[in-house]
Amino acid sequence: MILSKNFLKDYVDIDENLDIKTLAEDLTRVGNEYDLAQKLIPATKLIIGKVLECVDHPDSDHLHCCKVDIGNEVLSIVCGAKNVRAGIKVIVAQAGAELPEVTIKKGIIRGQESNGMICALYEIGLDKKYLSEEDKNGIHILPENAPVGKDPIEYLKLDDEIIDIELTANRGDLLSMLGLAYEVGAIYDNPVKELGLSHGESGEDLNNSFNVKVNTENCSLFIARKALNVTIKESPDFIKNRLIACGIRPINNVVDISNYVMIECGQPLHFYDADRLGDTIETRMAASGEKLTTLDGIERTLEDTDIVISDGKRAIGLAGVMGGLDTEIEETTKNVLIEAAVFNSVRVRKTSKKIVRSEASNRFEKGLDPNRTYMAMERAVKLLEKYADATIQTGKVVYDVANKEEKKIDIKVKDINDLLGTDISLDDTLNVFRRLAFKTEVNGDVITVTVPTRRIDISIKEDLIEEVGRIYGVNNIVGKLPVVPMKLGHVDKTDREIRNKMISLGLNETLSYILINDKDVHKYTNDGFEELRLLDPMTEERNTLRYSLIPSLYKIYEYNKAHYTKDVCIYEIGKGFWKREEERGEDKKLCALMTGEYYLGLDSKKQVDFYIIKGVAEEVLDYLGYGNRYSFVLPKQTLTEFHPGQVAEINVNGEVVGVIGRIHPEISKDAVYVLEINLDKLLAKKVGKMKFKEISIYPTVNKDIAVILDKDITSDEVSKVIKKAAGNLLVSSKLFDVYTSAILGDKKSMAYSLTFGSNTKTLTDDEINPIMEKIIEALEKNLKAELRK
Amino acid sequence: MKEKIEEIRKNAKDMIDEIVDLQELQELKVKLLGKKSELSSLLKGLGAVAQEERPKVGAWVNEARKEIEEKISEAEKIFKEKAMAAKLESEKIDITAPSTKIIRGSKHPINRVIEEIQDIFVSMGYDVVDGPELETDEFCFERLNLPQGHPARDMQDSFYITDEYLLRTQTSAVQARTMLANEEKSPIRMICTGKTYRREDDATHSHQFNQVEGLVIDYKDRNTSLADLKGTLEVFMKKMLGPNTELRFRPSYFPFTEPSYEVDVTCFKCGGKGCPLCKKTGWIELLGSGMVHPRVLEMNGYDPEKYSGFAFGTGIDRLAMFKYGITDMRYLYANDVRFLSQFDRQDKE
Repeated sequence: MILSKNFLKDYVDIDENLDIKTLAEDLTRVGNEYDLAQKLIPATKLIIGKVLECVDHPDSDHLHCCKVDIGNEVLSIVCGAKNVRAGIKVIVAQAGAELPEVTIKKGIIRGQESNGMICALYEIGLDKKYLSEEDKNGIHILPENAPVGKDPIEYLKLDDEIIDIELTANRGDLLSMLGLAYEVGAIYDNPVKELGLSHGESGEDLNNSFNVKVNTENCSLFIARKALNVTIKESPDFIKNRLIACGIRPINNVVDISNYVMIECGQPLHFYDADRLGDTIETRMAASGEKLTTLDGIERTLEDTDIVISDGKRAIGLAGVMGGLDTEIEETTKNVLIEAAVFNSVRVRKTSKKIVRSEASNRFEKGLDPNRTYMAMERAVKLLEKYADATIQTGKVVYDVANKEEKKIDIKVKDINDLLGTDISLDDTLNVFRRLAFKTEVNGDVITVTVPTRRIDISIKEDLIEEVGRIYGVNNIVGKLPVVPMKLGHVDKTDREIRNKMISLGLNETLSYILINDKDVHKYTNDGFEELRLLDPMTEERNTLRYSLIPSLYKIYEYNKAHYTKDVCIYEIGKGFWKREEERGEDKKLCALMTGEYYLGLDSKKQVDFYIIKGVAEEVLDYLGYGNRYSFVLPKQTLTEFHPGQVAEINVNGEVVGVIGRIHPEISKDAVYVLEINLDKLLAKKVGKMKFKEISIYPTVNKDIAVILDKDITSDEVSKVIKKAAGNLLVSSKLFDVYTSAILGDKKSMAYSLTFGSNTKTLTDDEINPIMEKIIEALEKNLKAELRK
Repeated sequence: MKEKIEEIRKNAKDMIDEIVDLQELQELKVKLLGKKSELSSLLKGLGAVAQEERPKVGAWVNEARKEIEEKISEAEKIFKEKAMAAKLESEKIDITAPSTKIIRGSKHPINRVIEEIQDIFVSMGYDVVDGPELETDEFCFERLNLPQGHPARDMQDSFYITDEYLLRTQTSAVQARTMLANEEKSPIRMICTGKTYRREDDATHSHQFNQVEGLVIDYKDRNTSLADLKGTLEVFMKKMLGPNTELRFRPSYFPFTEPSYEVDVTCFKCGGKGCPLCKKTGWIELLGSGMVHPRVLEMNGYDPEKYSGFAFGTGIDRLAMFKYGITDMRYLYANDVRFLSQFDRQDKE
């Protein structure tokens, strides 16, 4: 909403010297932010001049050399406009003038002195959309009687100042100068002036010849009046300039009046060429598929959720959004039917979103004050009478089921002070309501506030408290910390612990988008789920919610590879989403991707391999307390995107909670390893408290053993056999060497270092040797192993 | 006899002096002092010496032996020192050469800020709660006083999955969940941090971003007022942005609070002098806040006659950008390792 200071001053007095920035800041303080506060024409050092002489520039085919009288001197100016000629009065920008696009300097143009610029209106800051064809293409020619040496902005009555206010969604009342006047009046404690509404009327009552029908609950108020014998012409300057200041292009007096009243009162009006309308106007819902050609010449196909205006036979306008082409006001229009109505804001919003957002629809969407609808109608006919020579036909035809009653809300000063944390007195409170022009009545400690219907945003006590806070000044309220019983705050630090663990393992944390392409959503998993697609994605690249984080991290890897980073070790904790049966849900997942070098250093470089990412997985599981409860097992079903020989499911207490493996070489030539753990699944498994275990004071004994066995036997299998055979004196067994060779053929040698110990005594060979024999026997028997000597 | 011993002693000394390494010295030691050495044979042959001479000769021999032993041990010490010195010299390395280490990990700046915010509020007795990112319309809008068709829904175009389900547009959705879950309707002090989603993508908006939401509900007679909200946000912002940060409250409109305020903070780039970032106003709009709307309390089981409270929320991405001087929002989601790896150390308080 653009506030025009000149326009505003019609309704409320403001200090002549009040700076526009100050006004804007004061409005901001009470809750109305602004984008811009400046002069309508911000150009400086402009003066009216008369072109005394205009000759062609000797070295140019389009420039002219002019002598321009600006009162106290005659300037030499080189001008490129086609329409410049001797004898006209023009707008001159003197040296030092700051125009929107350029600062004027004295200079030489192709050898000729030029000490200023003759301006077009668009060069001083008027948007071309407001200008006539002539003004769009050349300098502005002022009337004969324009006073040389004076300020052209003042002369053109464009000496206005504007504020572009950003309104909050609830303050539809401020989409009018009148509403802004109440706001400004409350700030500076000035009363709002009345609008002139009186006008004459004549002839037969319109009710006798015209019907208003409303056949939908989506219209609560419809008023029709007729203005006869209008003269269509240019609007007076003040109307044109104010519309321009408010960002609306002037067209002709009749159309301009409908816009002027809308800006003034906030009530959009619609003017029909009455002679093309007939004797009936009806508001109803559109039939599905009904056609209507709107003002902009586009044929629209309507839906049964659109409200339309019809002449009883066919649609002639989209209520609150756009009129129809057939009944538009034209140069030849004689008689005007005026519509002032209130339509359902939600319906108008839906329709306008589909068709076009306009000044009118914006106001309908925010909701209207029905009392203002009546006022706007009277204002419109008054202006038509005055500026379009109209005769107003007696009577108005009205359909009205709107609630026009003023709300009464009870409030206590204590309520206000409790909620705001202030110490505002009864007098101060009443003073705020008086400034807002709300009527009050005090009974004991209860104030009954009568809220004017223009303030549709106020319906409960808290709304009134906000008003008091606003006008009293929220920045006058001193902040304090709540006095509440002390209590422990709680935060689950598991994610943080995992993050710190991953960081200590050398991984960089990423933060990726959860929206991915649908073709990636089932990758890297065999889990059954239905993907969740967006109804209306912004791009097809991101049309589905991810299930696994691996596609996200793989994209990040590709991005980094393309940006010259080969060593990528990254992780992320984030959500994966799914639908199963009718249930929708999300799981928190830990995902890691590793490729390139892991150890750095002169002689100790190490590329990431399966065992490194397995180590990362184990570190996390051990750290979270799942030591000895997990295993890495071959997936039951092929995981297509993984290297079939380097992939494992992570099994904790018999449940698969994650996967690790190398990405299939067909997807990535580089060795890229990934890990994903479903943290929700994992952390649901309870972990005991960390507890001290007694340390043995007796020495441990080490024994090495090497066996030759089938290549396909896994390390896990060998470990299990050793552990089972060894019993509880075995403290640890570590595989320290795996060896294959041509001589061994399809066999391999595996060497283990076994540590034995006891909490109660020093072990002797007599105790250990039989255990070693048992181990060897078990390995021979269960795994057909052969002791290597 | 004495001369002989003297000669052995002298020869031994000469021989020791000529030795060049520890190995030779060990051999010489055997030769001079071993069972087959001259001194040993002298002692063995002591029987042939006259009875009265024996103690004297024995003493001479032992004396000589002791002397040789000392001499050898001295030489031994020198050789060992030399050997150690040589060994150390040979093991000398370039201590300025690169160390061996595992690559260094880093924490994403967004999560750093989230953790910092959590710590601030936990220290004030707030609970950190979590909520779903895939929300229902009910919790994201309806229960926050945003019924179907409400104009404020336009403010946040959303990613819907079905008519009912959408990606949460705000962490406020957790407010209703927390209130409903509290069966005893006891006071609430909570924050929620996390991802939120809106249908917009441009240089300053990402369709996925992060918010923190705070909610305090208490008995009305404890006066949980706007002044308390102001005080709380002052503490929060001064801790995050520095002690000189000022706050400016502007009345505004959110459907879930009444009254509602937007909160501006002193521009963190220019300190309030005015710069392009703050559009020369000296202020940056950073938070939304207000007193919980009685309808919201009521809809979620708290009697607005008995309880009141305040709520606030802010975007974390901008806080992170300010804190680390990140110049473009897109860095936060590009996940360029050259960006991520910069956040690899303890941050100074």
